[in-house]
Amino acid sequence: MANPLKCDLCVQPATVHLTQIVNNKIHKVDLCEACAQAKGVTDPSGFSLADLLLKSSLNPEPTGDIRCESCGFTQQDFKKTGRFGCPSCYNFFGSFLEPMLDTMHNGIAHTGKIPQRAQERKTIDERLNQLETDLNLAIKAERYEDAARFRDELSQARQTAGPKPL
Amino acid sequence: MKINELIDSHSELTDTSSNRSAVVLMTRIRLARNLRKHPFPGWAKDAQKREIREQCMQAVAALPQMKRGLAIPVESLDELQKQILVERHLISRELCHSKTGSGIIINKDQSCVVMVNEEDHLRIQVLRVGFQFKKVWATINTLDSDLEEHLDYAFSPKLGYLSACPTNLGTGMRASAMMHLPALVISAQMEKVVRAVGQLGMVVRGLFGEGSDASGSIFQISNQTTLGESEEQIIKHLHGVLTTIVDQELNARAKLLETDPKKIYDKIGRAYGILQNGYLLNSGEAMNLLSLIRLGIDLGVYADTQRGLIDRLFIECQPGHVQHAAKGAFEPGQRDVLRAERLRTEFAKMPPPDFSNTTN
Repeated sequence: MANPLKCDLCVQPATVHLTQIVNNKIHKVDLCEACAQAKGVTDPSGFSLADLLLKSSLNPEPTGDIRCESCGFTQQDFKKTGRFGCPSCYNFFGSFLEPMLDTMHNGIAHTGKIPQRAQERKTIDERLNQLETDLNLAIKAERYEDAARFRDELSQARQTAGPKPL
Repeated sequence: MKINELIDSHSELTDTSSNRSAVVLMTRIRLARNLRKHPFPGWAKDAQKREIREQCMQAVAALPQMKRGLAIPVESLDELQKQILVERHLISRELCHSKTGSGIIINKDQSCVVMVNEEDHLRIQVLRVGFQFKKVWATINTLDSDLEEHLDYAFSPKLGYLSACPTNLGTGMRASAMMHLPALVISAQMEKVVRAVGQLGMVVRGLFGEGSDASGSIFQISNQTTLGESEEQIIKHLHGVLTTIVDQELNARAKLLETDPKKIYDKIGRAYGILQNGYLLNSGEAMNLLSLIRLGIDLGVYADTQRGLIDRLFIECQPGHVQHAAKGAFEPGQRDVLRAERLRTEFAKMPPPDFSNTTN
């Protein structure tokens, strides 16, 4: 390995490499000797990697101050309330969220319902935009037969698109 | 519809003559949904919350399913009205404590409710009497899809529907059944059931959810996790667990009747005597007595036609309903008198138990 691994909790080179299977999933941590001592990794009887992952991620010191750029919510706020500030928080807190999700849920990826109509709406909107552009181009170029066709297609597409959101 | 009209009209839960289910009282599914560009209710400023409420309530109230229902800001309800809605399992205690910017939309038969700005922007809930997951899921799925046409939901392809609390990520779905398990309680097997259910990834709670006690031997059992499985898989899994619990309860009943029938007859008979003649009944005791009468109905001791009445009394003997019926605010001691009075009147009309043809 060209670059020696750094400790997950500080910047020292990692000399303790630990792999543990928790809930059928492999977790790896790399620690420097001092951090390994401090976290009790060298004492096999009382050590759980899951605890370490959870604690280190909930502990604001090592990872600093994650802050949601959209709503200003911080990791400290999460520690206090157990809830996030806004949907965008999930983009900023991802790294420390994932180990938590693993213990909290039956997996870490969504396999259920997808807001279908939102997707359809997106496709329909894209098609409407395309037809409008085509129509304008045809009018400019005085291709009136094409323009008439685009106009008909557009009105038909608008009908199937149904009511616009409130 | 006005709040008082709603409280006094027939509801899905208090008009349960259609319930033929011996063990499962009610099926309920709720979905947590949020708007994409707004902070969650716990972090939003009051003005933002009001803006979110306006947008959500307008969209929800416009749905054909919610027509001629009630749509009201929480702050315009008094404490007693809120308590009644909690007792009917329509809104949560958390929503009652909301100071500003929250709202409620309830449909006419009180089977669909949307809470606005509770923990999430939207908590959509559908409930039905009996064991009906298929029907409840179909209803709520349509409601959710229709609503989504008008609202821009916060959704991530990887994490699913984004919720204020990471425990609701993914499907945002909590499916639950309210179960009446008197024989498992009497035969001291509930602890074992709670443990087993927990190992299967489900949670057992009391009648009014988190932290409530299990008076009346009524328990709510629901899925714990929301991410990693589809809605159908979660429901199928839960359905399997619940079916097993129903079987366990029926077995426990058979066993009680086989080993010590006099003990169970005594309990059922005494419950009738106290309900007919008591003058002071707190809600916990009333629930436990009603639970025994309901068990009696299942065993053929009382007529099956009484089931609707008992299921209604489970709700109407709660403190909020007792005060509403007496048109005023009353101290717990006075409520116990009023509750006993109501139950005496109802049970004076009920034919005495007949233990000659018990079935299970």
